[in-house]
Amino acid sequence: MIKTSATRDVVTTLVVAALLITIMPQLIGTYTLTVLVVYGMLGLSLGLIWGFGGILCFGQAAYFGLGAYTYAIAAVNFGESTLPMLLAVLVPALFAAILGAMMFYGRLTDVYLGVITLVVTLILFKFINSTAGPQYKIGDARLGGFNGIPGFQTLNVPGRPNDYIWGDAYFYFCAIALVIVYLLVTWLLRSSFGRIAVGIRENETRIALMGYDVAARKTVLFAIGAAIAGLSGALFANWAEIVTPGLFSLGQSAEIIIWCIVGGLGTRFGPVIGAAGLAYLKFLLGQQSMIDNTLIIGLILVFFVLFLPKGILPAVTDIWRVSFGRRKRRGARTRRGRGGRQHG
Amino acid sequence: MDLTFVILVEMLYAVASLILISAGLAVVFGMMKVINLAHGEFMMMGGYATITAVNLGVNIFVAMLIVAPLVVGLIGLVVERLVIRHLYGRLVDTMLATWGLSLFFIGMVTLIFGNTTTGISTPIPGFTVGNYQVNGYNFFIILVSIALLIVMLAVLKATRAGLIARGTMQRSDMAAALGYSPDRIYMATFFCGSAIAGLAGAVLAPLVGLVPTSGGAYIAKAFITVIAGGPSLIAGLISSSTLFGLVSQFFTFAISPVIGEVALLVAAVVLLRLLPQGVTGKFFKGKL
Amino acid sequence: MAETVLETHGLTMRFGGVVASDHVDFRLEARELRCLIGPNGAGKSTFFKCISGLLTPTSGHVFMRGEEVTGWMPHQIASLGVGIKTQTPNVMDQLDVFENIWLAARRFHDVAEANRKAEDVIDRLALGPIARTNLGELAHGERQRVELGLVTVGDPWLVLLDEPAAGMSAQDVERMTDIIHELTRTAAVVIVEHDMQFIRSIAQKVTVFHQGAVLMEDHVDAVMSDPTVRNVYLGKKA
Repeated sequence: MIKTSATRDVVTTLVVAALLITIMPQLIGTYTLTVLVVYGMLGLSLGLIWGFGGILCFGQAAYFGLGAYTYAIAAVNFGESTLPMLLAVLVPALFAAILGAMMFYGRLTDVYLGVITLVVTLILFKFINSTAGPQYKIGDARLGGFNGIPGFQTLNVPGRPNDYIWGDAYFYFCAIALVIVYLLVTWLLRSSFGRIAVGIRENETRIALMGYDVAARKTVLFAIGAAIAGLSGALFANWAEIVTPGLFSLGQSAEIIIWCIVGGLGTRFGPVIGAAGLAYLKFLLGQQSMIDNTLIIGLILVFFVLFLPKGILPAVTDIWRVSFGRRKRRGARTRRGRGGRQHG
Repeated sequence: MDLTFVILVEMLYAVASLILISAGLAVVFGMMKVINLAHGEFMMMGGYATITAVNLGVNIFVAMLIVAPLVVGLIGLVVERLVIRHLYGRLVDTMLATWGLSLFFIGMVTLIFGNTTTGISTPIPGFTVGNYQVNGYNFFIILVSIALLIVMLAVLKATRAGLIARGTMQRSDMAAALGYSPDRIYMATFFCGSAIAGLAGAVLAPLVGLVPTSGGAYIAKAFITVIAGGPSLIAGLISSSTLFGLVSQFFTFAISPVIGEVALLVAAVVLLRLLPQGVTGKFFKGKL
Repeated sequence: MAETVLETHGLTMRFGGVVASDHVDFRLEARELRCLIGPNGAGKSTFFKCISGLLTPTSGHVFMRGEEVTGWMPHQIASLGVGIKTQTPNVMDQLDVFENIWLAARRFHDVAEANRKAEDVIDRLALGPIARTNLGELAHGERQRVELGLVTVGDPWLVLLDEPAAGMSAQDVERMTDIIHELTRTAAVVIVEHDMQFIRSIAQKVTVFHQGAVLMEDHVDAVMSDPTVRNVYLGKKA
């Protein structure tokens, strides 16, 4: 039974992805679409650790920025893109593993986790911002402070540094990368590791009393989330062709959290669609100057926390189930809060 | 000798400004266990309120000490009624909603005042000690923060409202059982917290160029100072402000202001790892 | 001579000035069933938390099957093959009964075996009809039974239960008694309990706590008729 539902899941994912990849470029330019896809992956990274692991990270942007900077610095030094891409995944993951081990073995609770991840993002932001001087360089790459690092080698066909992947091809590359990451996340959540992670979200003490090392598992999940965020950061760097300290900003972290809430926590697709949708909305709002778009983003967040705390996707599936689904045994669905977010 | 004096003043100033920045948040967090992430924007609005009032011809001290706290307090009251009160007891949700509010206020202020830097000059002239220039306004900041602490202590210790407040801090359920409406207590608390934030923003405004995004510079510092301070309101505020103020000033003098800021943040991370309940969770237990 | 599975030497726990557990020496043999009783605040629960790793004792030693486990984390103790049920129900509300039990089984077995084991326990505890219902929707007695299921699914050789019968109906208590009796065929069981009725129906040997220390340790009937025990514990109830 589990086997068949897994197959169905994969097939659904592939069909939906294929449809979107074919249809969307007819509606929106591939240049804009690329960044929506990249943000979708970033949303997925937080959706995984927050929605399924119960770890609310206020600094997911730190890994996004770290991935982007790692890629840029490595690309300047190596003059090709394959190794830098790998490093952009590994460096944030390693950083998160160290930070996560420090926090989770210290048994810190929600609020403290929030403070520390937020503060670490700020430290990176301030540090990178202050590296304008020529003495701040790693290999051949000058960090450039608030000006960032421009002009690094962008994505090329592995082994052929002069064959760049750009334009439409780059969009398809990112879209396929997202599909692969999405499928990997699906597989992870179906594995024992993922099921235990959900158990930890639900009740940490109980999982510990069963004999699982909760701190180690949370650390690993946290690092996986960082790896995905790092990959999206590297893809973003390739798209923007410049990396700046703004990638680490609190505003960026806030947006990732908003994507997850709006899209729907505890789902895989919700954060992706939340990210792409809101980023596109922001893009559209950016084209008019009547109303400041921060104002609207802020209102959306407040509105969702107050009135639609489970997000769009769960709300839609709820409506669908009520209207067309089979009646669940024991009648009414219980309307409990988003457990994951309140538990430690 | 002159240098020692200047450094001493700078140190005191660093501690005092941290106390100012954090006090409003500490009141709200201590009483209601609500983290208001729009705290920085409340301060920013305090600054704008002051500048607007001064431009309308109000005396600058009146604007800072009376107008700004009132305006921001009222904004806080509206926010509490419309948003916060639906979210009591849901710590993470309040943080998210207030984060949304913070973005909303940034947008709002940008819409009204534009995305440009405004500012007012400090009303107190500087003077020199030996070869060093000292900003006279720093003394004003130190005085205001001391006065604020004394007023807070006096209110908590000596008034009926303070007694109710202390009771609510310890056991909000019991205070409710004794017939005090937590709803009204929370409303009053949030008003006070917002007003203090407005005051702080107003008093600090002459020192910084004010932009709609100014709040971001305050919120992280306030947040970590309050959390690191732990459950005791005033003792926590003083101890963590002192600690972080000294650490950041030490590194500012020794290396550079940026390293000073980074050192403050690193100190916060290390401190929270070692004392997850905050300074007063470990020491000064049960003090105010 | 049966093997000793749990032993403490001079186990002491202080909270500030309060000594909640005072030099407790305790021995439990394989497949033994032992109840810990005592009035409120006697230190039963503190003792329980110290041996299950939820608290680190101020001083003293804990041994399990001869290995020193003092100061171990709960997950390390559970990994030895110790099933632990805390006083308040500790289950995963948004997951269903099968998933709850499966997660516990998966710790000690591979996926296929965990599936089989979980089905097995669900059959044995008669949870079949509610196997796919989320724990959050179940009645208190059912939740307690599920928790007992996930404690026992790993085939523990030592089971620690804190107030397993609290708040249960008479029928549920009876079922619980049967389950515990069956457990003692393979495991040693320690039960912290208030309910004298329940204790009488299951226990042979009882340890009485008073003011953090062990007051006496004997067969349940001897304990019940002891005047000192009646004074500190039963006397208050009568």
